[in-house]
Amino acid sequence: MGLELSFFYVFAAIAVVASALVIGQRRPVYSVMLLIASFAALAGLYILLDSPFVAVIQIIIYAGAILVLFLFVVMLLNAPTEAGPWERLAAGPRRSGIVLGAVLAVELGWALWHVPMTREPVGAGASGQTIESVRTIGQVLYTDYAFAFEVTSLLILVAMVGAVVLAKRHV
Amino acid sequence: MPSLTVIVQLGLVFAVFVLLMLSSAVMVYAERKIAAFIQQREGPNRVGPAGLLQPFADVIKLMFKEELRPGGADAVLFLMAPIISATAAFAAFAVVPFGAETTFFGLLDQPIKLQVADVNVAVLVVFAITSMSVYGIVLAGWSSNSKYSLLGGLRSASQMISYELPYGLALASVLVLANSLSLTDIVNRQDGYWFGFIPRWFVFVQPVGFLIYMIAGVAETNRAPFDFPEAEQELVAGYHTEYSSMAFAMFFLAEYINMVTVSAVATDLFLGGWHGPFLPASLGWIWFLIKISALLFFYIWMRWTLPRYRYDQLMQFGWKILLPLAVLNLLATAAGVMLLGA
Repeated sequence: MGLELSFFYVFAAIAVVASALVIGQRRPVYSVMLLIASFAALAGLYILLDSPFVAVIQIIIYAGAILVLFLFVVMLLNAPTEAGPWERLAAGPRRSGIVLGAVLAVELGWALWHVPMTREPVGAGASGQTIESVRTIGQVLYTDYAFAFEVTSLLILVAMVGAVVLAKRHV
Repeated sequence: MPSLTVIVQLGLVFAVFVLLMLSSAVMVYAERKIAAFIQQREGPNRVGPAGLLQPFADVIKLMFKEELRPGGADAVLFLMAPIISATAAFAAFAVVPFGAETTFFGLLDQPIKLQVADVNVAVLVVFAITSMSVYGIVLAGWSSNSKYSLLGGLRSASQMISYELPYGLALASVLVLANSLSLTDIVNRQDGYWFGFIPRWFVFVQPVGFLIYMIAGVAETNRAPFDFPEAEQELVAGYHTEYSSMAFAMFFLAEYINMVTVSAVATDLFLGGWHGPFLPASLGWIWFLIKISALLFFYIWMRWTLPRYRYDQLMQFGWKILLPLAVLNLLATAAGVMLLGA
């Protein structure tokens, strides 16, 4: 087994296990920390895919900025250990929950079964040009996807204005 | 049989680690001596000649102290927090180049870079790791189960998020100028002179960027006058109130190494790295050391000269002055590069 492949399995295992534990965790602060571990493993996978820029951005934006805010909120609320969701639910929602969960599992299984398991990564020819990747991303972002990019930034602006309005209602 | 280059590379990794450890010892001594001079005192002068062995006495004292943990503390996170802080501090220096390529006076066939890891997105890696170091402080504050620690942790989270933005934008304006994300490339762009005597350092093209970087750097390393996570008059000792012995020492270490890293990155980005007059290229690391020492002296000087800001002033300054200034600076730089063609 090649070194790269074994690294892939290590990162993939960390990502999957940490993500599962995020939901399984009863203490919110631990959930946030596990989510960080999961994002870090994801960044490792991006590096294996020859795109260090995306990996670093993943760390800066998600692990470094967004999750600090998560942690900030969790700490401010000082949320106690959650009671198990199962114990809180009445009999009706429990039954429908089981049915919906089963449907979702079948759907996911079907999707996984039918997805073509190609061995060649998409756009494999572009690997090895890691130095240029930042330039390429920038150029594509501001030409081909300029509209989507600008609309996204507008959406974020609207969300920001909304947050300020909600927070400063009494001024 | 590993080649000589591999052995030298590993030796370099080890040397950087040891030097960073030692740098914090030097910094502790320098800080106490300079503070003493500023306050017209003698400073440490009992342990060793001129008090030179004081940092080692401090370390020995810290090692033999009892490790305490408050009753309601979260055991796992309480243990992890100082480790995260120290690891992030060491990791960030890995991508910082501190000298030109060298063969160690003909010892090696292939010249190697004086840098632990040459990553082509080095600037962003430094930024990413610095942004992770906030977790050590925040978790220390939360897991201690003490109100002073919690307040320190909360302050540090909001402070570091607020000052990360101008910090990142100041970095970006240098990236626009240098047209590269690699620190080695950026340093090599600053070789040579304008009109024969002004060094081509980016600080002369980017004075505003340098100012923003230094201010935000002080805030990111939680040093006075922005030392709100600690703020001993208000919060006892902030996030590390409940820490003792080596766990406390790790926070201490992390703070000094972070200062060294911020100064080293500032040297690479704005002050021409290892380029300087009089010395041959192979001794460029001496220039690098001199420049770092000057910046570190500036840090210490500032701490013992300026009083701490008020917390609302810190936030006002960060969001209403520093951030717009950084955005304007980036726009002006980009416009300048477009018009004058770099």
